[in-house]
Amino acid sequence: MSFLALTGIRKTFGAHAVVRDFNLSVERGEFVTFLGPSGCGKTTTLRMIAGFEAPSAGEIRINGQDVTHLRANKRAIGMVFQSYALFPNMTVAANIGFGLKVARRPAADLKARVDEMLAMIKLPQLAERYPYQLSGGQQQRVSLARALAPSPQILLLDEPLSALDARIRVSLREEIRALQRKLGITTIFVTHDQEEALSMSDRVVVMNEGAIEQVGTPSEIYNAPVSRFVASFVGTLNLLNGRIVDASSGAIDIDGQRATTARKLNGAKPGDILPMALRPEALRIGVGGDDRNTLAGVIEDVAFLGAVVRVRVRLAEAAVIIDTFNTGANDLPALGAPITVNFGRDDLIPLLAH
Amino acid sequence: MKSGKFAAWAAMILGVAYFLAPLIATFEFSLRMRRGEYSFDAYRVVLASGNFRDSFFYSTVLAFVTIIVGVLVVVPTAYWVQLRLPRLRGLVEFITLLPLVVPAIVLVFGYIKLYGSSSILPLTATSLGADALLMFGYVGLGLPYMYRSVETALRSIDVRTLTEAAESQGAGIFTILFHIILPNIRSGILSGAFLTFAIVIGEFTFASLLDRPAFGPYLQLIGASKAYEPSALAIIAFALTWACMGLIQLFGSGVRFSVDKP
Repeated sequence: MSFLALTGIRKTFGAHAVVRDFNLSVERGEFVTFLGPSGCGKTTTLRMIAGFEAPSAGEIRINGQDVTHLRANKRAIGMVFQSYALFPNMTVAANIGFGLKVARRPAADLKARVDEMLAMIKLPQLAERYPYQLSGGQQQRVSLARALAPSPQILLLDEPLSALDARIRVSLREEIRALQRKLGITTIFVTHDQEEALSMSDRVVVMNEGAIEQVGTPSEIYNAPVSRFVASFVGTLNLLNGRIVDASSGAIDIDGQRATTARKLNGAKPGDILPMALRPEALRIGVGGDDRNTLAGVIEDVAFLGAVVRVRVRLAEAAVIIDTFNTGANDLPALGAPITVNFGRDDLIPLLAH
Repeated sequence: MKSGKFAAWAAMILGVAYFLAPLIATFEFSLRMRRGEYSFDAYRVVLASGNFRDSFFYSTVLAFVTIIVGVLVVVPTAYWVQLRLPRLRGLVEFITLLPLVVPAIVLVFGYIKLYGSSSILPLTATSLGADALLMFGYVGLGLPYMYRSVETALRSIDVRTLTEAAESQGAGIFTILFHIILPNIRSGILSGAFLTFAIVIGEFTFASLLDRPAFGPYLQLIGASKAYEPSALAIIAFALTWACMGLIQLFGSGVRFSVDKP
């Protein structure tokens, strides 16, 4: 039995359904990320788990208990908010101890737990400061400690890193993941940042327009996206229209050039047009071997991105982007020069037509 | 640039003069009781009067009770409107503005009619009942100021997120209101309290028609029968009101809830 189960969840505001037919099982200790663009329903789903919104239909179970209509303050869930939501009238220590005080824990226990949490977030020296005296990163650490102090069943993180600058964001996400692993707490993380989702999660739930597009490990989501939306939302992507030549052998026609995919073309018939995904980093410059696909084109644009050089190659109608490592060579490819690129058969991913 | 600065100073001086000139004139007049020289005789007369002390004490106590009841009525209402019923904001604002539109004399006649000795709830039949009626009347009079002050303060904090953060920590509605919301809108509550205090201390119509021994009717009585004492009384009332407001500010801003120190 899964630790957290969402079954047939639906949420409507008036006539508009913001979450539709949402089914998900999360195991104890798992780190699951809801990933999607703004308005896809990820935060609403998180809020339903927290108890801040009631589902219009469906059931939420935590550890076997139906909590669908249980009030938020009875669910034993810790939540970290994007805006930190620290209580401005309380010190750091009081913020962390608030949940324990509400639970009427003995003063000695409370102090010990607050000290433990302060040590955990490496801010024991700031116990008597007020939130306005802290930086954004420090406030979010305190918010995390406050959420974890009462030992909740589930930790919910609603875009906790969005308001922070890039460097703090990276370090804090590593800290959050390390803490989650150490404590083994079941965690749901909401973000629209694919890098955060891929780097932190055991599993990623990609959402679009209120529904789940795909659930999988970061590797599955990145390497085997099931839909055009997932493929384009997660990472940079070349989207090509492939005309099926022979479904059984995987032969397809891309912009008048022949290629082969090692992936299944379920139910496709010769002449069908299928969207195909091709990651920029899967492409190599030059002619490939017999077991690789080769496409010819002309260099249309070259962008120097530091560690990576991004080259856009015009085939005929379509164009592909190639990411190559910057090796330190000074000579970047010349614009307008003919070029051949190659990629593995497994790298050409057929997507669902929708 | 220079002319702008001059205009700003001129406007400020004009504003200060507008408020201070009558006060200075009143003060100066209050010192003229003794012929040919300035003295505090009028103040001595006023302060020696038992009626002054009793009526001021009565109105001060009434003001504090009015503030407490007003806060208990307004804060949960404004909080709930902000959190759960934002669509009702317009209606609630309209209701809170009514005391400014309906004259006090109309309100008090309405009260007497509704709560008179021959009504179902004869509050005016007893002294305590009449005091309660006066207090509730003052809560109504202070409503436009208290509601606006509290509502503005609520808008300056993220009520929804703070409430949800507290809920996720297991807090119920009373803990949230008293330990999270109230301390964070203290400035708004204090503003509302100042205004309510000032209204109650000087109010005449309600107290007079309900026949309560308040400071307003006493001021009117002295003003109608004496020459220098009303001026002294006005200055004393002014000073005492500001002193009370200072005390509210002092104690109000000094409040620290026990939850601050786990």
